[in-house]
Amino acid sequence: MELVLSLGIGIMTGSGVWLILRPRTYQVIVGLSLLSYAVNLFIFGVGGLKVNAPAILADGSKTAALADPVPQALVLTAIVIGFATTALFLVVLLAARGLTGTDHVDGREQSQ
Amino acid sequence: MPERLLFFLLVLPFAGSIATALLWRTAARSLPAWLSGLVALATTILTALYYPSVTAGKVVRHEVQWVPEIGLNFTLRMDGFAWLFAMLVTVIGFLVVVYARYYISAEDPIPRFFAFLLAFMGSMLGVVLSGNLILLSIFWELTSIFSFLLIGYWYHNANARDGARMALTITGTGGFCLLVGVILLGHIAGSYDLDVVLSAGDVVRAHPLYLPTLILILIGALTKSAQFPFHFWLPNAMAAPTPVSAYLHSATMVKAGVFLLARLWPTLSGTFEWFWLLGLAGITSLVLGAYFAIFQRDLKGLLAYSTISHLGLIVTLLSLGSPLAAVAAIFHMVNHATFKASLFMAAGIIDHETGTRDMQKLSGLYRFMPHTATLAMVACAAMAGVPLLNGFLSKEMFFAEAVETHADSILDRALPYIATIYGAFSVTYSIRFIHTVFFGPPPSDIPNPHPHEPPRWMRFPVEFLVLACLIVGIVPSMSIGPFLSTAVVSVLGTDMPQYSLAVWHGVTLPLLMSVVAMVGGTILYSALQKYLSHCEDGPPIFRHLRGQRIFERILVTVSWKWARWVEANLGTRRLQPQLRLVAGFSFLAAAVPLYLAGFDAKLPPLAQVDPAFAMIWVIGMVSAVSAALLAKYHRVAALVLLGGSGVVTCITFAWLSAPDLAITQLVVEIVTTVLLLLGLRWLPKRIGKIDESTALAARLRRLRDFALAVICGAGMSILAYAVMMQPVPDTIANYFLDNAYTQGGGKNVVNVILVDFRGFDTMGEITVLGIVALTVFALLRRFRPAPESIGTTEQQELQDAFDKAQPDRKPGDTVRDYLLVPSVVMQWMFPVIITFAIYLFLRGHDLPGGGFAGGITMAIAFLLQYLGGGTRWAEDRLRILPLRWIALGLLIAVATGVGSWFFGYPFLTSHSQYLELPLIGKIPTASALLFDLGVFSLVVGATVLILIAIAHQSIRTYRIRTEPKPEDT
Repeated sequence: MELVLSLGIGIMTGSGVWLILRPRTYQVIVGLSLLSYAVNLFIFGVGGLKVNAPAILADGSKTAALADPVPQALVLTAIVIGFATTALFLVVLLAARGLTGTDHVDGREQSQ
Repeated sequence: MPERLLFFLLVLPFAGSIATALLWRTAARSLPAWLSGLVALATTILTALYYPSVTAGKVVRHEVQWVPEIGLNFTLRMDGFAWLFAMLVTVIGFLVVVYARYYISAEDPIPRFFAFLLAFMGSMLGVVLSGNLILLSIFWELTSIFSFLLIGYWYHNANARDGARMALTITGTGGFCLLVGVILLGHIAGSYDLDVVLSAGDVVRAHPLYLPTLILILIGALTKSAQFPFHFWLPNAMAAPTPVSAYLHSATMVKAGVFLLARLWPTLSGTFEWFWLLGLAGITSLVLGAYFAIFQRDLKGLLAYSTISHLGLIVTLLSLGSPLAAVAAIFHMVNHATFKASLFMAAGIIDHETGTRDMQKLSGLYRFMPHTATLAMVACAAMAGVPLLNGFLSKEMFFAEAVETHADSILDRALPYIATIYGAFSVTYSIRFIHTVFFGPPPSDIPNPHPHEPPRWMRFPVEFLVLACLIVGIVPSMSIGPFLSTAVVSVLGTDMPQYSLAVWHGVTLPLLMSVVAMVGGTILYSALQKYLSHCEDGPPIFRHLRGQRIFERILVTVSWKWARWVEANLGTRRLQPQLRLVAGFSFLAAAVPLYLAGFDAKLPPLAQVDPAFAMIWVIGMVSAVSAALLAKYHRVAALVLLGGSGVVTCITFAWLSAPDLAITQLVVEIVTTVLLLLGLRWLPKRIGKIDESTALAARLRRLRDFALAVICGAGMSILAYAVMMQPVPDTIANYFLDNAYTQGGGKNVVNVILVDFRGFDTMGEITVLGIVALTVFALLRRFRPAPESIGTTEQQELQDAFDKAQPDRKPGDTVRDYLLVPSVVMQWMFPVIITFAIYLFLRGHDLPGGGFAGGITMAIAFLLQYLGGGTRWAEDRLRILPLRWIALGLLIAVATGVGSWFFGYPFLTSHSQYLELPLIGKIPTASALLFDLGVFSLVVGATVLILIAIAHQSIRTYRIRTEPKPEDT
């Protein structure tokens, strides 16, 4: 379980890093989304992986058996904020494309 | 006098400053002057009334807690020395206000001047009355800032701007050193309280940090008092209006440095380092200042260098470390303030009447203004140290101390000769002042050819101060005597030396030195007279070595050349190298500590791997890698693959017992995909492969990026694996799990954390969300697409062409018919999804769901109507008003938080109980539910606003922007 998830996180991170180093804005936005998946999963994983654990308090249930709620709460807001920043980045890149006529991350094509 | 009034005394000038500043509209010229004059007078009287409370070593203290955790209290403390200094500040402040009333012309912004002046007075009082070292440091900075504003009062004048900037740079740097110094001092003494520090002298002097502390504090004091090698800012500060020079740059602010040295004298003085550091600076300033003063052409320049010299005298006295020298230093502070302020005012009158301060142009003014001339001559005589004037007394004390042996060294043995030379120089420049300005033929080359006496009350402050010089000079023990002794007691404590303030001590060595200095100075003047009448400005040889020039060159080198070099060689405007650095450094930041800590990743047997979970992740990984490969040329495919990774993430959350995250991830995935789809329309078409793979440099770059991506990915894998294999320690999670139901009234712990335990964080988060949505909205209002993106898309053109070609179709039919069945289904789904959203929201406290997930689901309901029917169709039928949703959400959240105040609880305290509803029955409600409603509403508004704002760009009409060509304009 842990092995698969950590491999997945690594692959997502690698793909994300590769993409944010590319010259086109769209590649960067896709890369950032992949990175945010990886980071969210990583933070989530810090709480320990539990399969089939109760997520909701029930009468008489032992609290130790429950999934760790703290990373979940962190990740939940991170997902929503991630959407907002993606939207902001998208709008900025569209505006930059309109102003500069190119979708290169530097706002101008490289001469080389 | 009550202690509380100390605070009032300090606030009064600041309040007066604000009141004066508010008069900026009034046409009445004298009103600001009257107001500030009254404030200054009231402050003076109030200070004077404290005298009985500070005699015989008594101290008035008033303490208000400020930041007690770091030992910073608003402690005000007045003893005899502080009282004497406060009197100097307030009395001269009042006189300067009276003088400035006539000096500042109607064209200048009068209220601004007086407001700054009063604020400066308050800051200076703050320095004097602070009973806490950090507080003192704060007021010290304030004096620097107001000095900057006052020097730059005529900011249209380049000299004023440069002078102000230089003064601020030097004294500000000094102030910073002082702050660090007093922090060290407080650390050594164990408290920042002045009383504690003053009684901890032995501990401080023996501490290993004594030398750095001393150097830092001395830099602060010496920059402020314009002592060598920081002296050069003072002559440049003379670009200030003359009342400012009289007040700040002779009587008070520059005295702050020597005030501090005298204040900390019991703690810091008496060591070898103290003597040498201060002695060298003081003696150099003493002699060089006097020497430079002789060769100034500008009247105020002469006075400025003379000020440097006199302050050097005070510093030298303090450096000696003997109690008697300290008495002389304090006495000279008062005397210098009196005669120098009056001289500056006289110089201001001369400038005002003749239009120039150039001593090579001025001459024979006695016949035009005999009264002012007489006053200036008396003050000059006091400056030169002529008997029967106050300057003589403190100078004699200085000579007496110079003769005494303190710390046997070359410096100490040379001091009598240096003192005599200094005395001669001061006589020379004083005679030059009197002789060139007031005697000789009438001036021939001055801008205003008919000078006359100034108005009656403009002369009054000069008269007052000169009278003080005379009284102190003739009957010292009856006038200044008791006040001086009060001040001295509070500095020296029980260690009071015997001293006598008599004018005549018999024929002594100091008197002999005075006579030598008088005669020598007179002879020097007659020798130099011819040369001085036509020489260039500044002393011979030294005039080429200008402190100002050096200062400017250093500034240019540091702030321009070096900065440019760093920017050119270490910086880049290109994003890719920056991100490369970020990625590389992140990897190192994680890897290096792990490596140093002996990290060893042990791979366990591949047991316990659930094949289904592994299969899902194979899909996730393939999606991620393919998205990375296709993002350049196949954007839609990359977007779909990105969604694939998102879905795998979502399933992982569900699999690993986090249903809340799974729901949120799913709905966010939907809106993100729609968002990016909407954006695709405005991106440029990428046809074919750009020829870049052939270039070797490009290949190498890709190889390097690939390597970076691989090591980052591998590092992240190892890190994640290591972290997840650790047994989970006892964390705060248990607290939340134990208390979620009992205190938060909810069974869904994640939701309870969000809306209750960490409600304040969530509030910040939704605020960010709202701000981002508004920013997106604002950015898109002025959206200018690239010219080739404007107009119908290729797909639309094809559809329209198809419609035109068929005789039975009208243009636009294809679009209308496109996905007809799904769009009808979408319309039907509208109430269903809304119900589902409300359901998600309501169950959130006890079951997976909540405001975030519910809000986005609600937004999806709206979104589907736009997708199914088109923007125009949807908006004909729906008015969503997302801005109101955002405002309402934020208001509800804040109101819920504020509501708990009314029940006497802190902000955002939640309350839970069960509510009996007809038909439905007993449902649990918490006030957190109301807060969650705010979250819900804001999330709906923000999501819809963002998506609609982007969607709207397609139906806007754009003008194609014509780029102005450079040759046209």
